[in-house]
Amino acid sequence: MENNLISVLIVPEVSLAILAIACLMYGLFSKKDSFNKATNFGILSLIFVSVLVYFDFTTNFALFETFFSNTTFTKFFKILTTLGAAASLIICKNYFIDTKINRFEIPTLLLFSTLGMMLMISSKNLMMMYLAIELQSLSLYVVASIKRNSLESAESGVKYFILGALSSGILLYGFSLVYGFTGQTSFDGIYISLSQLDKLPIGLVFGLVFILVGLAFKVSAVPFHMWTPDVYEGAPTPITAFFAIVPKLAAIALIFRFCLEPFRSFYFEWTQVIFFLSVASMFLGATAAIAQKSLKRLLAYSSIGHVGYVLIALVAASDQGIRSASIYMFIYLIMNISVFAILLSLKKSDKYVDKINQLTGLSKTNPIVSASLAIIMLSMAGIPPFIGFFGKFYVFIAAIESQQYILAVLGVLASVISAFYYLRIIKGMYFDEAIDGENFDFTINNQAKVILLTLMLIIIFFILYPSLLTGIVSGISII
Amino acid sequence: MTDIPLLSLTIFLPLLGALVILLIKEDESSINNIKNVALWTSVGVFLLSLLIWLQFDNSKSGYQFEEKFRWFNDFNFYYHVGIDGISLFMVILSTFLTPLCILSSWESVKKRVKEYMLAFLFLETVMIGMFASVDILLFYIFFEAVLIPMYLIIGIWGGDRRIYASFKFFLYTLLGSVLMLIAIVVIYQLTNSMSIAELQGNFFARNVQLYLWLAFFASFAVKIPMWPFHTWLPDAHVEAPTAGSVILAGVLLKMGGYGFIRFSLGMLPEASEYFAPMVMTLSIIAVIYTSLVALAQTDIKKLIAYSSVAHMGLVTIGIFVVNSQGLEGAMIQMISHGVVSGALFLCVGVIYDRMHTRDINFYGGLVNRMPIYATVFMIFMLGSVGLPGTSGFIGEFLVIVGAFKYSSIVVVGAASGIVLSAVYMLYLYKRIIFGVIENEKLNEISDLNLREKSILIPLAIAVILIGIFPNIFIDPMRLSLELIISNFEIANGK
Repeated sequence: MENNLISVLIVPEVSLAILAIACLMYGLFSKKDSFNKATNFGILSLIFVSVLVYFDFTTNFALFETFFSNTTFTKFFKILTTLGAAASLIICKNYFIDTKINRFEIPTLLLFSTLGMMLMISSKNLMMMYLAIELQSLSLYVVASIKRNSLESAESGVKYFILGALSSGILLYGFSLVYGFTGQTSFDGIYISLSQLDKLPIGLVFGLVFILVGLAFKVSAVPFHMWTPDVYEGAPTPITAFFAIVPKLAAIALIFRFCLEPFRSFYFEWTQVIFFLSVASMFLGATAAIAQKSLKRLLAYSSIGHVGYVLIALVAASDQGIRSASIYMFIYLIMNISVFAILLSLKKSDKYVDKINQLTGLSKTNPIVSASLAIIMLSMAGIPPFIGFFGKFYVFIAAIESQQYILAVLGVLASVISAFYYLRIIKGMYFDEAIDGENFDFTINNQAKVILLTLMLIIIFFILYPSLLTGIVSGISII
Repeated sequence: MTDIPLLSLTIFLPLLGALVILLIKEDESSINNIKNVALWTSVGVFLLSLLIWLQFDNSKSGYQFEEKFRWFNDFNFYYHVGIDGISLFMVILSTFLTPLCILSSWESVKKRVKEYMLAFLFLETVMIGMFASVDILLFYIFFEAVLIPMYLIIGIWGGDRRIYASFKFFLYTLLGSVLMLIAIVVIYQLTNSMSIAELQGNFFARNVQLYLWLAFFASFAVKIPMWPFHTWLPDAHVEAPTAGSVILAGVLLKMGGYGFIRFSLGMLPEASEYFAPMVMTLSIIAVIYTSLVALAQTDIKKLIAYSSVAHMGLVTIGIFVVNSQGLEGAMIQMISHGVVSGALFLCVGVIYDRMHTRDINFYGGLVNRMPIYATVFMIFMLGSVGLPGTSGFIGEFLVIVGAFKYSSIVVVGAASGIVLSAVYMLYLYKRIIFGVIENEKLNEISDLNLREKSILIPLAIAVILIGIFPNIFIDPMRLSLELIISNFEIANGK
């Protein structure tokens, strides 16, 4: 393709960068209602960018292709990320306005962080990878503490920042070790120089482990998950929704690409680490959530558990593993958007619901909402016929194809434990009798309603035509 | 008639009924409409299943009424349903009990009638679908999906300890069945097929079979349930509403026995031979131990729940002796137990609705006030004991005959269980029905009303019908069972 201006501008990342700046300007110069305008602008930009990603515009201007790969895998995850970000902006809008944290910086920062995630997903150079991670993290540190007069929000922002900075430091140290031992920063270069070795030298083992630790922070895999429950709980709920939905996608895509591209010939070394991360995340996610009273903390542990399942697919280290992980993340995205769409619209006595026991009696007053929430919970627990089952099923297929029987058995056992706390939510809604007699109020804007409805239909009826998703995914490969 | 997808229609008609109910707005005036839609849908399903029985060809051993559509594009998973001799009566048992259950809850369920009926119709679809699945993944999905409506039925409409019971039921059975999921994926990985029909035989190496067998065993042993995996059952049965207990005892327990025949014997014959002594031991313990436990109960429902475990012990003995008498006996015993224990729970429901207690000591002398009730109860009680002329006799007799070919020690165990079952059932009957009324509260108790008669009399007819004409039921299943037995014998070099 020729390097004229237009062909550069329609590269999705470039376009998103420009749109994000435009969003900032638009918000800054519109006098009234700046949050609303900037948010709508942000939503449209994200949808527009996802279309650009779909049509595969790319360029080699300024060595773009040298630093960023463009494969079916990155494309799939970039579309999920942009659409996920758009959806979370839509479902968050009402809440922000309602709680008066309607600052136009929020959509702007989220656009920048989405840009960072898109670059993360596709970077194939250690330097670029680091810059992309920082771009998305810095924006997220700010939004975590956007509710400036709230102690919890500020605390969660600082916690997130300190632990994030620590993990970035570890990551950088790992990069420098890898660079020191291979003399390369590009994924291809590292792969080529590694392929001449029979065995990883000790320095590279350290480098690899440091990088994996840094990435484990980003995907919040146990034992590097400490920040997740606190940040989820402290940040305003819509920000939590964004945290739960979008950055996970990018981080998972990155950890897959990092393990399966530069280090693919030494998979024996990194699968040991990932194996441990996966088992620890599944079991900690399942057991720690049991004692939670806060819905947001519960969802934090649930997301840790889900990361454990995706990492099973990484341990499988096969094409099926990549496909299974893509399916799993798609399903994870759907379930999380829908659960947050409900939580962000559900009020009890003029306060947003955030404790499990506040859900008592919901099934009497709002049968449709409670039925939807119950279905999402069953789906997250992986009970057929809902979509969540297929995510887990595909992951187990990948594991067993690669003879990871122990991992698969541990995975299903953890899923039984985790079923307990998902069932607890259903129990709260259906089995317990309401005592306080307070009324629920479910207000949702039309766009969010459309999203919720569509996603619920997908969750329930996926079983009828699974090929729609598996057909798209079957063409995915990482290289 | 061949163009009509009769089987799929039977499976999904309840869902259609549920959809109609979903559209009815629940208020005072429409509650009867909701109940009627649920009842007539399930009656329609029952008639459809009778039509299947009518058209069923007894001279074929394989699947009939097959329907097969591609389901996943990347794997060989199909929407593949069919009926053979083994599943035919399981389907009919489900469709037979569901309308009776709905009818039995006509007045006893007062809150959330709409959700209740939805749960039952969904449950019916799932049960029929599970027995009719030929694709293993499809089977698994239905097998697990049963948990959802049952969890809600126990948890919402159950007794005082319903929450504990519903969680225990859900998690216990889920723990068993997830291991089966792993086994299913392994089977697919090894054979690239998910069809039960194609996998009948001996396709796996011996050591693989042993692991697969254990994984399936974990699932079915919890479901059927075998001692020592039965502890969820008394809780679930006691806390569930009457209709929930009926379905639990009548159909859900049979999923375990059905699975043993289909998967353990049909696909893993060498491992079944290897593990048969273990199953026999557990079954004999179950038969004797749970019978004794039943004897000590003061709660009627709990007594019947423990008797279920004992009766299911006979079923597993019949299955794992692997000869035609044993298997036919196990099948008949399952059908018989489905009808009899379902009926016994309904009988308990009748007096529970009136007196709101299940304490045996509360009752006594009911025959004076409720002669019809006493008669019907007598039929079911004798069916449970296995008196000749009732369905229980055929099942128990065939199982004992089959067990003789296997080992006389097993026969002693099984027979002593049958004696004990007579003890606890007759003792129960004596305490509730006979004697004079000592409790003043019972003076006003009324006999069966028309609705209750129309529930219990069909069940009584079924008990006697199976008892007198067992061949109607054995003939369709004979060839399908022979196929499994011959596969088993070839695999084990007999």
